[in-house]
Amino acid sequence: MEIRNQVKMSIQSLSENVGIARITAAAFAAQLDFTLNEIEEIKVAISEAISNAVIHAYGHPDGIIEFTMNLYDDKVEYIITDIGKGIEDINLARQPSYSTDPERMGLGFVFMESFMDELDILSKQGQGTTVMMAKKFQSNVAH
Amino acid sequence: MNISTLLRQGVLTVRVEGELDMHVADEFRQVVDNAIDSYGVKNLILNLQGVSFIDSSGLGVILGRYKRINPAGGRILATDVQPQVAKIFELSGLLKIMKIYETESHALECL
Repeated sequence: MEIRNQVKMSIQSLSENVGIARITAAAFAAQLDFTLNEIEEIKVAISEAISNAVIHAYGHPDGIIEFTMNLYDDKVEYIITDIGKGIEDINLARQPSYSTDPERMGLGFVFMESFMDELDILSKQGQGTTVMMAKKFQSNVAH
Repeated sequence: MNISTLLRQGVLTVRVEGELDMHVADEFRQVVDNAIDSYGVKNLILNLQGVSFIDSSGLGVILGRYKRINPAGGRILATDVQPQVAKIFELSGLLKIMKIYETESHALECL
């Protein structure tokens, strides 16, 4: 399917940028007539993916996260790539409550999965992680 | 983010404004922990009227405060929660340990 619009950002791995990324993602999604509720869901999913890259992939402010947003007729797609640590066991990381830190709930991937229609994670230890996710747009207009 | 704390009837009330994500989680933790320690309180009311967004980092820092006060029998009561934030609470299972009340006075009555 043809990409109708694309925005790419390079994001420094700073916590300040998590908010900037999700606001941008929401503005990009607003090109399709998503409901406010769906836009909120996208914001949470993006926040989780970018936070993971900042906290887990890099853990220092000098990393770069590549963030690509693609708009299609019927969906919006987000691709988040880091060249950080990588995930040892993706299936384990996708489980609820997978976190070694008592202050964290381990719900990052759970939220990405519940709020988006597609979620793919590619990761290699020592090389980095790519998270691809998409939300489908269902037109509410009956013809 | 803006956080203010006040002590009323022996209960610590924390009012938060902004987006509760990883960027503000540390500040939230420090302010609330300092207030818990300096007032020596058991229970905490969290007024989230001004919170328009929360993600798992925000949930984590609330859970962390619960783990801190719970050994002494303390509870966290959330009030004035916006619908999109309430939905995240519900999905996360956090409502098992933290109840939502309409207003601060409702929450105070239930303590």
